[in-house]
Amino acid sequence: MPLDTSYTGQKFKLVGTRPLRPDGIDKVTGRAKYGADAFAPGQLVGRVLRSPHAHAKIKKIDTSKAEKLAGVKAVITSADLPDYTNGDRGMFDILENCMARDKVFYDGHAVAAVAAIDADTARKALKLIKVDYEILPHVTDVDEAIKPKAPILHDDIFTEGVEPKPKKPSNIAKRTEFGHGDVEQGFKEADIVIEKTFKTEQTHQGYIEPHACLANVGPDGQGEMWVTTQGHFVYRNQCAQLLGMDISKLRVTASEIGGGFGGKTHIWAEPLALALSRKANRPVKLVMSREEVFRASGPTSSTSIDVKIGARKDGTITAATATLRYASGPFYGMWAELGAMTSFACYDLKNVKSVGYEVLVNRPKVAAYRAPSAPMAAFAVESVIDEIAKKIGMDPVEFRIKNAAKEGTKSSYGPVYGPIGIGPTLEAAKNHPHMKAPLKKNQGRGMACGFWFNFGGQTCTSININPDGTAVVAVGTIDVGGSRASMSLMAAEELGIPYENVRCVVADTSSLGHNDMSDGSRVTFSSGMATVIAARNAIKVLCQRAAKMWDIPEDAVVWEDGCAKPAGANAGTFPPLTLKEIAAAAANTGGPIAGHNEFVADGAGVSFATHICDVEVDPETGATKILRYTVIQDAGKAIHPSYVEGQYQGGAAQGIGWALNEEYIYGKDGRLQNPGFLDYRIPVCSDLPFIDTVILEIPNPNHPYGVRGVGETSIVPPLAAIANAVSNAVGVRMTHIPMSPPRILKAIEGGPA
Amino acid sequence: MVHVVLWGALKSASGGKDAVDVEARDIRELFRKLEAEYPGMKPHIDRGIAVSINGTIYRDTWSQTIPPDTEIYLLPRIAGG
Repeated sequence: MPLDTSYTGQKFKLVGTRPLRPDGIDKVTGRAKYGADAFAPGQLVGRVLRSPHAHAKIKKIDTSKAEKLAGVKAVITSADLPDYTNGDRGMFDILENCMARDKVFYDGHAVAAVAAIDADTARKALKLIKVDYEILPHVTDVDEAIKPKAPILHDDIFTEGVEPKPKKPSNIAKRTEFGHGDVEQGFKEADIVIEKTFKTEQTHQGYIEPHACLANVGPDGQGEMWVTTQGHFVYRNQCAQLLGMDISKLRVTASEIGGGFGGKTHIWAEPLALALSRKANRPVKLVMSREEVFRASGPTSSTSIDVKIGARKDGTITAATATLRYASGPFYGMWAELGAMTSFACYDLKNVKSVGYEVLVNRPKVAAYRAPSAPMAAFAVESVIDEIAKKIGMDPVEFRIKNAAKEGTKSSYGPVYGPIGIGPTLEAAKNHPHMKAPLKKNQGRGMACGFWFNFGGQTCTSININPDGTAVVAVGTIDVGGSRASMSLMAAEELGIPYENVRCVVADTSSLGHNDMSDGSRVTFSSGMATVIAARNAIKVLCQRAAKMWDIPEDAVVWEDGCAKPAGANAGTFPPLTLKEIAAAAANTGGPIAGHNEFVADGAGVSFATHICDVEVDPETGATKILRYTVIQDAGKAIHPSYVEGQYQGGAAQGIGWALNEEYIYGKDGRLQNPGFLDYRIPVCSDLPFIDTVILEIPNPNHPYGVRGVGETSIVPPLAAIANAVSNAVGVRMTHIPMSPPRILKAIEGGPA
Repeated sequence: MVHVVLWGALKSASGGKDAVDVEARDIRELFRKLEAEYPGMKPHIDRGIAVSINGTIYRDTWSQTIPPDTEIYLLPRIAGG
């Protein structure tokens, strides 16, 4: 039977307070150890040779001169990474992405790697590797890639999800469809129908810390890796498979993480570092440069989206459709599928249909980016929603409230919703002072809604009670946003001890059972739930020990306020035993005291947000300044409100960069033109106002504390909210993200935006 | 009997059907029977399918019971960031 994890309405003493995070001092003083800070005696420097071509056959690789260079200890190509994927296409794609085999598929695709005694020697060695390419035609644009004469990336990929099965290979890897009702009939019932096409450019998560690892594989086949990652267990499993190692022989320790946002849910150069170390029989440190991070890790999709919505004059949406084309890089993805699922999830629609196409292009393999695919779909849908409201003459908030999904609504992707927060976030937006603040010339206000699923996953947590009555919580989920503070709060709440008496650590892969990654906004939900259950299991042991100390039956002991107390008619009248007293006596009552939990957390509960944004657009330069920004989101229960607010603000800040500036720019030669923070402009503090937040708490019925994930939804509405604000400021509908100054000027001057 | 609603990409694996009826007490039995009756679904199940039962999405808990006469939805196993 699955564990009962229902919400109970428990009253809290610590949960909901704002103590300092345990990693705070380390991070602000520079003591925290990140991926590149790992060191091992005798370590070598790893460097990767990358393709300068967007699409080419590899005819020959000659590494002989590099191997002879003094100081070079190992050179590897795909020949050093035989295929152990046993027909698993997804894993084979990862292998091929880590190191090109017969073809290179994008500018930056790895073709060889070296390990040398220092960086200079490694660089010289790369220059001595000769690769004979046969250059092939390439395609980097999502719309160009689906045209009949586009160069085909893979001759063994035929569009999945269409009948009959196509006979010709295609750059459309998959077609997928969601929806219900009769959209044609729905459009006939509409008084107003608006149809528009939108584009969004490819962006990178922009984490400040590049990918970095230290790999050490010995001649006995046992290895260790220290790495920056969102999921060290998944990195271990995948690296072990690609290297043909037993999982038990590879121990992975996660460093502190300097941002991931989905980009560190995927392995990139880590298998290369391990293969180099195995060949050189020395530790190898491999740190990507910023240029490599841009060219060869996993940005989000560029997209092209058609949206059509019909409504009656009373503001009821009668039908809605979306066709979403998402570039997934050169490999199969599920990015359009996610866009299709999320596009209309905020609304209660009788007739709805969304169709997604996964499109292969000569760009890096797409990876998740915070609520992957949802922001682009929301941009297109929420822009048309605003246009319809305007045409009907309805306030955009009222229009959304009228059509918002609620408990019992059949969602656009299928299931019927339980208790959800879209209506309350819209009501909170309507009543927020931000909505009534006056605007000046060249200023505009926009708002938009966003949805994300959230999920749980495999989780394993241990709590050890120390002899002095303090506790250590060992989790297997990486702390990407203050989760060690949240875990400590939940453990302290259950055990009835002060927050300061609990230390939460991220354990290595040999210390706990498998944990899924820190993704899907799952950590506070699932690791938190495992921590609560582990604490309750520890309490059972504490009560057993107290019973021994009192020499009474175990079931005559209860746990209250951090103490064991006798309960029941024959339990006696002993004074309470504190956790500290029971811990001190552990050696003579049965040994160490611990609580453990391993399970699969499901039922994460969907999440909704509404954002409000004010902008000012300079009509001479087209530059946009964000004047004010408010995030309203349902957290279920905010365990540590400061870090919930931090997630809301972080998502909004990234969304602002995406909406206004960030963009992968490719030349006609298929090469990335701006692989650096100088030309790929993420927002800095001076670009951002203070981002105001409102936390709503509509408990998730599937978590004992009511927690919902909060990490991802906050990036869903910004593109749309800012596009609506800019469109209102300049009086022209903006349809292309980012709304960079040249695009805004073009729109003002009457050209296509 | 459980009424299983399929998403678009699964239709080609079920001979073009939008939904199928299956006798299953839990998710494990559901997948076993779907795979037996519609072999084209195996690659999708291997890649990962989530199941929505009464509005709650289950990605991994294959022991989750399915109440009789329920309408359930199969969904792609969602990725996250």
